[in-house]
Amino acid sequence: MFKVKVYVTLRESVLDPQGTAVKNSLSKMGYEGVEDVRIGKYMELMIEDKGQDLESAVKDMCGRLLSNPVIEDYRYEIEECVVS
Amino acid sequence: MKFAVIVFPGSNCDVDMYHAIKDELKEEAEYVWHDSESLEGFDGILLPGGFSFGDYLRTGSIARFSPVMKEVEKAAKAGKPVFGVCNGFQVLLEAGLLPGAMHRNESLKFICKNVSLKVENNETMFTSAYDKNEIISIPVAHGEGNYYCDEETLARLEENGQIVFTYHGENPNGSVKDIAGIMNEKGNVLGMMPHPERAVDPLLGGADGLKLFKSILKQWRESHAVKA
Amino acid sequence: MRLKLEPSPDHIKEEKIYREMGLSDEEFAQVEKILGRLPNYTETGLFSVMWSEHCSYKNSKPVLKKFPITGERVLQGPGEGAGIVDIGDGQAVVFKIESHNHPSAIEPYQGAATGVGGIIRDVFSMGARPVALLNSLRFGELESPRVKYLFEEVVAGIAGYGNCIGIPTVGGEIQFDGAYDGNPLVNAMCVGLIDHKDIKKGQAHGVGNTVMYAGAKTGRDGIHGATFASEELNEQSEEKRPAVQVGDPFMEKLLLEACLELVKSDALVGIQDMGAAGLTSSSAEMASKAGSGIEMNLDLVPQRETGMTPYEMMLSESQERMLIVVKKGREQEISDLFEKYGLEAVAIGKVTDDNMLRLTHKDELVAEVPADALAEDAPVYYKPSREPEYFREFQNMENEIPKVEDPEAALVSLLKQPTIASKEWVYSQYDHMVRTNTVVAPGSDAAVIRIRGTKKGLAMTTDCNSRYLYLDPETGGKIAVAEAARNIVCSGGEPLAVTDCLNFGNPEKPEIFWQLEKAADGMSGACRTLSTPVIGGNVSLYNETNGTAVYPTPVIGMVGLVHDLDHATTQQFKAAGDLIYMIGETKAEFGGSELQKIVHGSIFGKAPSIDLENETKCQKQILKVIQNGLVASAHDVSEGGVAVALAECLMDAEGLGAEVELHGDVVAALFSESQSRFILSVKAEHQKEFERMAEASLIGRVTAEPELNIMVGGSKAVGLKVAELKKAWKGAIPCLLN
Repeated sequence: MFKVKVYVTLRESVLDPQGTAVKNSLSKMGYEGVEDVRIGKYMELMIEDKGQDLESAVKDMCGRLLSNPVIEDYRYEIEECVVS
Repeated sequence: MKFAVIVFPGSNCDVDMYHAIKDELKEEAEYVWHDSESLEGFDGILLPGGFSFGDYLRTGSIARFSPVMKEVEKAAKAGKPVFGVCNGFQVLLEAGLLPGAMHRNESLKFICKNVSLKVENNETMFTSAYDKNEIISIPVAHGEGNYYCDEETLARLEENGQIVFTYHGENPNGSVKDIAGIMNEKGNVLGMMPHPERAVDPLLGGADGLKLFKSILKQWRESHAVKA
Repeated sequence: MRLKLEPSPDHIKEEKIYREMGLSDEEFAQVEKILGRLPNYTETGLFSVMWSEHCSYKNSKPVLKKFPITGERVLQGPGEGAGIVDIGDGQAVVFKIESHNHPSAIEPYQGAATGVGGIIRDVFSMGARPVALLNSLRFGELESPRVKYLFEEVVAGIAGYGNCIGIPTVGGEIQFDGAYDGNPLVNAMCVGLIDHKDIKKGQAHGVGNTVMYAGAKTGRDGIHGATFASEELNEQSEEKRPAVQVGDPFMEKLLLEACLELVKSDALVGIQDMGAAGLTSSSAEMASKAGSGIEMNLDLVPQRETGMTPYEMMLSESQERMLIVVKKGREQEISDLFEKYGLEAVAIGKVTDDNMLRLTHKDELVAEVPADALAEDAPVYYKPSREPEYFREFQNMENEIPKVEDPEAALVSLLKQPTIASKEWVYSQYDHMVRTNTVVAPGSDAAVIRIRGTKKGLAMTTDCNSRYLYLDPETGGKIAVAEAARNIVCSGGEPLAVTDCLNFGNPEKPEIFWQLEKAADGMSGACRTLSTPVIGGNVSLYNETNGTAVYPTPVIGMVGLVHDLDHATTQQFKAAGDLIYMIGETKAEFGGSELQKIVHGSIFGKAPSIDLENETKCQKQILKVIQNGLVASAHDVSEGGVAVALAECLMDAEGLGAEVELHGDVVAALFSESQSRFILSVKAEHQKEFERMAEASLIGRVTAEPELNIMVGGSKAVGLKVAELKKAWKGAIPCLLN
């Protein structure tokens, strides 16, 4: 079994109103020096090892569904895990 | 003229679209469930608003993989009018039938109200019944209508007259260049955030949206008259 | 029958573990007597939720008996998911209001969202298509960050659920007062339409028929929600967060469409929402109402988490679930129907004839309890009642007119009060147009939606001025019902019936119980006189924070029938030259008024008086002149008095103003909150006919100058530009939130 951690973030050039709101809120709460907040998504996929080309399958999933390449970037980590 | 109203799980303006066609335009309409694999016999395709698949992950991102979307693409290629409103617009973006992407409203809040739109291009199959630069009142109801595209795409949209509607006065969501609705290069796929199907009956506060459907009908009649 | 790790029956008794679940010593003894043995852990859980106030109404039953519940048009009164009223042509309207106060205080977004989800299920489980949502909200003063947070999140939660499922939120009301600082109220109402032939009930008839479970899987969320709702809030309440459920409006949209398809099937016997107390209440009530029993194998319950115990499954309040009973042998077609919507519907048990609720788990019998004992035999308490001292004190006060130096400044300041100010910030977040039937959108007296395919419409509103109720619960109770009816009538509707949500403090305090009793007396009287029976509702007690109760707040949800949509009327003045009339008499009544609150910072004295006979007469006259096409606009006079009512008539009347002449004391004429008063505008050509049919005084006319000019006793009291009024009224709430 593999655990795939996928991180989807907005592309740098793209405005993030949610992040801006959180940044302003943190400043209002008195936290100094918060220069920028970018909000993204984190997903965990549990994938059974069927001898498939996992790397390219995950890339495909990310590009087609899990992220929208027009506004988002993604990265992922694959961990092998032992199911007890 | 016979319209297909595509229904995804979670669509909720399908009824509004259906009644706009049946009761006000007085043409034929039929609901088509998202797993349908044929759109044969339909002259126009309507993608209604709502929250397809809960709009989980991203608006429209899951719906665009529904079986019926292959048929929608075919219809678009064949030059049939394909019209997406609100969530329907979002699905068309995710499917790549229109360029760009959708963000949350700048206010981060859902907004439902009447807004003023400017008809930027009236030389389309969707807007021929309007005057150029006509100001019309149409409701919006969305949480993610903040249209985004990169500079290059924007330049192309402007050059080709693909920006069909813009917000006039107040921009409710922060979209690039006040964009409210765009079409593809070929001119047969239109997506817009405001809901013309909600503005077809004076009893409910206005009928400025009816001309859009009349434009589609007019174009269809003309093209069929030529063939016949 | 005992599961590992769970306390044994003896242990439950000796250690009084039932107390943690909310059962009293006497109640536990009663359970033991009913069963003839000690209950096990699961059974103790079943009784504790079913005998909670939230499910059993054990404290409020004696009070609820006061309400008139029958009427010519009533097809279904209290007792089912929602009440039903005939509207002719084989159609009926189905509606109910319900509270979600405690969950919203802890986790406002999800609390409010699941409140909306729950009330929608109550309506479509009757077989009705939900067509509109309303809500009634109470918050503390819009000053502290906590209150602002609660307010913003509750609104977002209501919007999030209603918008996604695609049912328009067309109306409601919001009151802000310090009395709700720690304990906001979130009441949601749903209105549905149904053809008589499709009406379904939550009853498990037919021995051998199959019990099926449909919708979302069961998780550990919301366990003991019903008990939680029956306790006071305190500092520890935050830690009870797991009791709050998360809503999935997408799942519910699918469930809604599937159930509405299901009600057309002759395989369906009964259907009920798994609301408070989830699987327990739905199964016990369906069996009890049908006089049957139900046997369920809990291994078959679709589960979201592993290792769930029978106790957890039975008490879970996971959302978006339905219990249905279908004819034996027809299970597959039902499963197929749900499958089309991507939903699971599985057989989990059957109807029996022995009136028992019997549960098995892993081949063991884990509970065996008489269904009636759970659903019907909860103890009923006649709580002691005592008139609070403050009441006598207030009753002995003379009516006093607050001192106002500058009436214009007072008017502007009233328009800025969040309770009076425009709620556009709120309702612009609600999709109030989806389904394209909304004829009168939020912002007028009552919302009106059309009934497609007919000339008819439905008018609907929620109302309750709890300040009056605090000063004098009986009078305040009358006013709440009368005001709801006024809003319906001003919108061109004939009031049909009422659903109520009784939000009160801890009934174990005699003064609180007295408030509840007196309010019910007042409401019942008004419902009788105005011919609007109570067809259902909800009770929410224990609305207290650290020992302080909210104001008594029996929210009235009312629906009216607009016989012809041509009669749908709004409060906005329509055209310059129209005549302005007032109906009703102004007295110096300021107890509980907005002006008193502003001037004194507190409320005291007598609530405004109300004469129900006169009220009924006025309302009948108004409906008649509206139905005769003689009225251009109609608005009731409520918080802030005549001056505020006139200003409200101008807020969306593009380019119009008004010139009005009033008499008597300036402050009373402008701001008194005397009841049974209305502002109507009438075209000049209709003057004669209107005056023949209505007892109204001509007080002025609509002008083409966008100004509000009010003379009192010959001298000018108010002369303000509408733009200035609008700025104060529209800007107030956004301004307070920034």
